[in-house]
Amino acid sequence: MAIHFLSHLLETITPYYTIIWFVLVGALFTGYSMLDGFDLGVGVLHLLVSKDEERRIFLNAIGPVWDGNEVWLVVGGGALFAAFPGAYATVFSGFYMPFIFLLVFLIFRAVAIEFRSKEPSTLWRQTWDHLFAVGSILASFMLGITLGNLTRGIPLDAEGEFIGTFWDLLNPYSLFMGVTVVVLFAMHGSIYLVMKTEGALQERVKSWVPYLILLFVACYFIFNFSTLIVAPHLAEIVFSRPWIFGVLGLDMFFLWKVWTFVKQGKELLGFLCSCIMMALLLATFGLTYYPNMVLSHPHPENSVTIFNAASTSKTLGLLCVIVLLGIPMVVSYTTSVYWIFRGKTRLTDTSY
Amino acid sequence: MEVEILARIQFAFTVAFHYIYPPLTMGLGLLLVLMEGTFIVTGDRMYHRLAHFWTRIFAVIFSIGTATGIVMEFEFGTNWATYSRFVGDIFGSALAAEGVFAFMLEAGFLSLLLFGWDKVGKKTHFFATCMVCLGSHFSAIWIVVANSWMQTPAGYHLELFQNGVHSILPADYILQTADIGHVRAVIDSFWEMVFNPSSLQRLCHVIFGTWLSGSFLVISVSAYYLIRGRHRRFAEASMTIAIFLAAATSVFQSISADATARGVVQHQPIKLAAMEGVYHTAPYTPMNLFGYVDASQQTVYSIQIPGLLSLLAFHNIKTPVIGLDQLPSDAFLAARNPGKSAQELAALRPQYWPKVQGVFQTYHIMIIFGSIVFGMAFFSLFLWWKGWLFRTDSLLVRLWLFLLIFSVLFPQICNQAGWFTAEMGRQPWVVYNILKTSQAFSKKVSSDQVLGSLLLFFAIYSLLFFAFLYLLNRKIQHGPDDPEEDPEPLEDGKRDFFYQLMVGTDSSRASS
Repeated sequence: MAIHFLSHLLETITPYYTIIWFVLVGALFTGYSMLDGFDLGVGVLHLLVSKDEERRIFLNAIGPVWDGNEVWLVVGGGALFAAFPGAYATVFSGFYMPFIFLLVFLIFRAVAIEFRSKEPSTLWRQTWDHLFAVGSILASFMLGITLGNLTRGIPLDAEGEFIGTFWDLLNPYSLFMGVTVVVLFAMHGSIYLVMKTEGALQERVKSWVPYLILLFVACYFIFNFSTLIVAPHLAEIVFSRPWIFGVLGLDMFFLWKVWTFVKQGKELLGFLCSCIMMALLLATFGLTYYPNMVLSHPHPENSVTIFNAASTSKTLGLLCVIVLLGIPMVVSYTTSVYWIFRGKTRLTDTSY
Repeated sequence: MEVEILARIQFAFTVAFHYIYPPLTMGLGLLLVLMEGTFIVTGDRMYHRLAHFWTRIFAVIFSIGTATGIVMEFEFGTNWATYSRFVGDIFGSALAAEGVFAFMLEAGFLSLLLFGWDKVGKKTHFFATCMVCLGSHFSAIWIVVANSWMQTPAGYHLELFQNGVHSILPADYILQTADIGHVRAVIDSFWEMVFNPSSLQRLCHVIFGTWLSGSFLVISVSAYYLIRGRHRRFAEASMTIAIFLAAATSVFQSISADATARGVVQHQPIKLAAMEGVYHTAPYTPMNLFGYVDASQQTVYSIQIPGLLSLLAFHNIKTPVIGLDQLPSDAFLAARNPGKSAQELAALRPQYWPKVQGVFQTYHIMIIFGSIVFGMAFFSLFLWWKGWLFRTDSLLVRLWLFLLIFSVLFPQICNQAGWFTAEMGRQPWVVYNILKTSQAFSKKVSSDQVLGSLLLFFAIYSLLFFAFLYLLNRKIQHGPDDPEEDPEPLEDGKRDFFYQLMVGTDSSRASS
């Protein structure tokens, strides 16, 4: 019965496989930025508190979950490899150095989390604190650079291979996108911290939130306008799909709700709104970008798209089966873990 | 240096470094299940402490395993873009299954395993432990399946994509240089891909290897405690469970080693010939115990047992094992080099061989250390059975325990050497007999970039390794939490390790 239903379902969706996988790969990377976004953000803010106990609370707020959050990057990368090998190969070889740096910063950060509280010495803790913060900032920055370049388009040849250099990737637009992502994650992280802290520390973190929101709004408008100038081809698409403006408006609405919920002390709702806001941001990107996977600029005809980069529909079908079986399980135990570790962070003997 | 060589060095280095950790977490994961399961069944708090302590060790290993694992997934794309395009359709489903079923399962339940002791009931916690163990084994399944497909491809056809048209290529199609980048392997049957001819044997071989790694880690640390006279009851209980697992797994591993080797005989005869340095086909093919390959003279200087390789490969002492003089076959060579004479083809033959010396040596390192592991497991079991293993008042027992401290390295050496044999033996192919390694790397990445990233990885992995050893040592020195159970004699705590090894500790003398 269940199998019959599954095969019937798969038959119905077969013509839409590539679209479904465009959405799913996007959803996985959205999941990654929502989840690892807040723990990278906590890292960005780490040096803003200076007492040892406060820093430990920051670390332990993300303690039980950061490792699992990073797995979303692995799964997202795996899904991209599986569903769109052409896009995976182009992006990963094209962004060679940014991705290597991303890996290095993520490793530094992981080590710093593990090590920091293992020795009481101030110098020791200061060193790891700085590595943790710098690793978090630069990892977020690399993600931003990648997103910026994808938006702007990178030079591809007829085979869909990147023909620029590393320095081409460091253009002002993408660098600014890097900054924007750091600010975005810091904002998201601060809201998570409001949820996980209490007392005087919570009051302090709370006081950062409006500044971070304003800073992000400023970045948001600057990059939206610069996109219109730097990537006129995307501007064209946006104006031909005017409902995208609706999504942008919704985005600002949720950002505003974040602040009102945080102010009212409804921390969980505030954090959820922040998550929705990030999901909408990436949705805007996906809606504008479709059907491209990697935009070629200046030769748009060389772009890697969902049509020329996808696996066969047989493989996409197998992937659908895997997802239909796997995702309910993943969602159920991920939520259980967040539920079990809900509430304020307190330091115990198993803490970092 | 060339991009290809650098990319290969980088992949070998990062994957070899990564593979220090997953075998430990898999083996230790199984032991955690056994320990916590014993606690649930017997209710003995001792086993709860066992699970609690080894979980802390598990956590250290796991975090480094994850950090270095992300690198592997990225490297397929960064350094081997052409390969990724070629195999994406095949590997896709295996990798996605790994991500969804294995990594998510592991990461999801890991936090419960580590931080959930007081947050959930003991049965729920045990369930989390089982899921983490299962997740780590799942991840081995999919990655070994993918690698086995590269060794013995099955359930696919080749497809050419040119000028916007997809066309199916015949089964015996030979890839031309001009095709690279336009041809991909396309899946026909998921199950044929998963159960390709070498998957099952290699999967068992890998999993048993990880159980041995985990067991000997526990044996090694426990041996250290016993010599130190610390946490005696705890160390004895840990070691007993680990020795039983190690001994049982040694037997399984011998059977699986035989099956794996016979699979290689059947499907990759060139690899087998290189493993034993068989240059010339002759009956009563010998097996080498150890030796040296002179590749220029095509001779092997070694201690041999005549006929043993024939016996193991074909269960008949007389049947000759085909040597490199006939491999690959004339037909195979002629198909790839049309219009060449018989002599010219024979001269081309060595281009299709792996580096015999490398494959030979890594293979024999695996065999030698594998035998040592087997011996150590069974000798320890024998001592345990006689009731001698924990008699630390005896110098001989202490010396044996001293050897056991180093035993943690031996399964690791086997794992590494075994993988080097498998992967070097696959050369010059990345996908066996279809796509060459020299055709598979990223065309648009410069050698400077690869060299730069290689140096970067080398630096950061050195740091990571010292960090790992430092943390591991701290956890071991800290020991399990059993203050009232095992009051540590102050005197001994100050004493030197070698003094305790030669003379014994106060507590070991008291126990005599």
